Amino acid sequence: MDAPKVRITMALAGNPNAGKTTLFNKLTGARQHVGNYPGITVDYKEGHFERGGREILLTDLPGTYSLTAYSVEELVARDYLVNEKPQVVINIVDASNLERNLYLTCQFLELGVPMIIALNMIDVAKDRGIEVNAGQLEALLGVPVVPIIARSGFGTDALIDRAVAVAEDKRIWQPLDISYGEDLDGTVMTLMAEIHRQSFLTDTYPSRFTAIKYLEHDDQIMARGRVVDQAVAARVEAQADLVSDHLRKTMGVFPEAIIADHRYGFIKSIIRQGVQTRTFDTDRLYASDKIDKVVTDRLLGPLIMLAVLFGLYQFTFSWSELPVHWLDSLFGWLSGLIDGALPEGLFKSMIISGAVHGVGGVLGFVPLIMFMFFGIAILEDSGYLARVAFMMDRIFRIFGLHGSSVMPFIISGGIAGGCAVPGVLATRTLRSPKERLATLLTVPFMNCGAKLPVLALLIGAFFSEDKARYMFLFTVVSWLVALLSAKLFRSTVLKGDPTPFVMELPPYRLPTLPGLLIHTWERTWQYIKKAGTVILGISILLWAMMTFPRLSPDQVAVFDQQRLNLETQHHANTETASQERKSIDDAQAEEALRNSMAGTLGTAMEPVSRYAGFDWRTNIALIGGFAAKEVIVSTLGTAYSMGKVESRESAPLATRLQQDPHWNRWVAIAALIFIMFYSPCLVTVICIAREASWKWAVFSMLYNTVFAFILATACYQMPRLLSLI
Amino acid sequence: MAEISLRRMKVRQSGIITSVKVGGMLGQRIREMGLVPGTEVTVQGRAPLYDPVALRVMGGTLTLRNNEADHIMVEIAEETDTSPEA
Repeated sequence: MDAPKVRITMALAGNPNAGKTTLFNKLTGARQHVGNYPGITVDYKEGHFERGGREILLTDLPGTYSLTAYSVEELVARDYLVNEKPQVVINIVDASNLERNLYLTCQFLELGVPMIIALNMIDVAKDRGIEVNAGQLEALLGVPVVPIIARSGFGTDALIDRAVAVAEDKRIWQPLDISYGEDLDGTVMTLMAEIHRQSFLTDTYPSRFTAIKYLEHDDQIMARGRVVDQAVAARVEAQADLVSDHLRKTMGVFPEAIIADHRYGFIKSIIRQGVQTRTFDTDRLYASDKIDKVVTDRLLGPLIMLAVLFGLYQFTFSWSELPVHWLDSLFGWLSGLIDGALPEGLFKSMIISGAVHGVGGVLGFVPLIMFMFFGIAILEDSGYLARVAFMMDRIFRIFGLHGSSVMPFIISGGIAGGCAVPGVLATRTLRSPKERLATLLTVPFMNCGAKLPVLALLIGAFFSEDKARYMFLFTVVSWLVALLSAKLFRSTVLKGDPTPFVMELPPYRLPTLPGLLIHTWERTWQYIKKAGTVILGISILLWAMMTFPRLSPDQVAVFDQQRLNLETQHHANTETASQERKSIDDAQAEEALRNSMAGTLGTAMEPVSRYAGFDWRTNIALIGGFAAKEVIVSTLGTAYSMGKVESRESAPLATRLQQDPHWNRWVAIAALIFIMFYSPCLVTVICIAREASWKWAVFSMLYNTVFAFILATACYQMPRLLSLI
Repeated sequence: MAEISLRRMKVRQSGIITSVKVGGMLGQRIREMGLVPGTEVTVQGRAPLYDPVALRVMGGTLTLRNNEADHIMVEIAEETDTSPEA
């Protein structure tokens, strides 16, 4: 390598929808990676590129409208700026929506961070008849302003050159003083004096910033203050409270309202000084408004939405079928290869049944997830997703959810046959923490594609006269249970006011292909990395549970003896012999399964599970179903001595169940209800753990299982109680 | 001129915000999106179930639930029910 390069750290900040991601992608290309801030789920991206012999490290901060303590995104952005102290902050500002965007700029100026403004979308602004004088804005704000068009790359070279100049300039950045009117300015001065005298939090924040945050009643800074110096914190808090009470009593306003009003006053005064000129009437309908007229129309809107959601669903689940099939074949081929290469025995069984199937299980979802994220990226980048939230909010709010919850529900199986794994990951589009958690915890109740074979098996066996109606009925039940559970969570463990729906409907935009691809790939890769690491260990563990302890030599000898008898009796008739040999093999497999740890566990659970009508065979299948719901049918097959049962050809098993005296319609309903609602499968649980926390993942395993068991027991016992009376 | 709550505004009606009477998170969210006294708002439309409402504010479009719009008072011109189409 060459001589060590000078490194410059830059942070990219700005409003959501201001073109931040587009600029980031343009500057860093593929040289970026996604990380998570420890403990929270806000993504941040880092990328690097070279410029004039300097290596530039660029961090993409979450998009925010403000720097309050009310959302994780804002805390992350704020903390990054004060703790990491990037050499320059590139504040991207939407020229077509200048006034609102400058509100955040204003707060960066008050924080006193070295900054440069990227005045983006000057082309869009021009189309709307808005002309922004960058030079005038620069002169009035005292920070460099560079007009750019992030989509085309226009102006980005100049932007970086000037950002480098700011980083290398030794100028001391003074926080901007905005007057908050006579009611507050005096108090701000008094608080500043106290803060300055005691050096209270001054190593992190400018004293004026701290004073303002105390007046805004900022929880994070107040908590930090108490840790640093209890006495000073108490004095500053008391003074701030005094003013706050006074203002509320005399004028009926909150200090934060006065502060916000004055910030906007400051912005308006700047804009009026020749920064912005309108060349034609702004009342004309923008293209976006025209689209919205149709797309959010009272009648057409919901119809279009249904069509779009159905399209996304088709796209995700039908188009991904082929690549899913390829992966299936690949893993089948791999299993075959290992089958041929390794000697018969435990090690081979572990590699094939534990490792290959476990990893195959995770990777099998990859095409599905890629297609889903690609589809969502189109809806998100185009601006349509915000309209879906807008239209659905009224309904989802009833259940304590948010308009944006609709997408995860649909993907998880709102239309039967989805998958909770991409569903859980899709909750990322929700920006309100409690609504997001409630969505995340309830989407596994939907009927995913893996539950469908079980539904088909049991409905086919016991309700064959009207399959479609029962299938539809169970889909409706899953919606009801999911939404009512969300309501229950939001009134108990996730209690709290609804997150405000003050949301932007961004103008419609044509998504760019590189943007979509980067979006899709980074999210898919995160899934592979996160789910892949844990699942291998657990699937081997489940394999071991269903394999050990093995049958004793005596037990094996019994089956061997039967086979020997068979040989001597039917050496001529090979047809009958092979059939009987298979039934002996199947009986041995059943015996081995019953003898295994899972079998012992299944039998041990019988005293409890029989309240819901489940015997040890069902229990084992349910334990297996935790690894993946697909396993339920095949495990039931083994437990009923049917040998290997393919999910798609389960008719013989259905007949077997019909004939079994233990099974009837009520047992079938109880089993269906339990399977629909008990613990999410392993991959989903891991995704919940990554997206929320292990605490919530464990909660969803326990809660769902207990809840499903109560429902199943009710279904099983109700007719008994009624017929007894 | 008359002062009404933003919830009661009709589609395509415009007005100037006179006050925002709410604090805390909701108050901050409302204000940081530019809904401060002196700002002109126009009702762009309503969701199919009449709630939330879409507003044109400073060249952007915002959404707001009806119960959130209750906190915002708006000054409108008295005679507003003229022609439905502009």
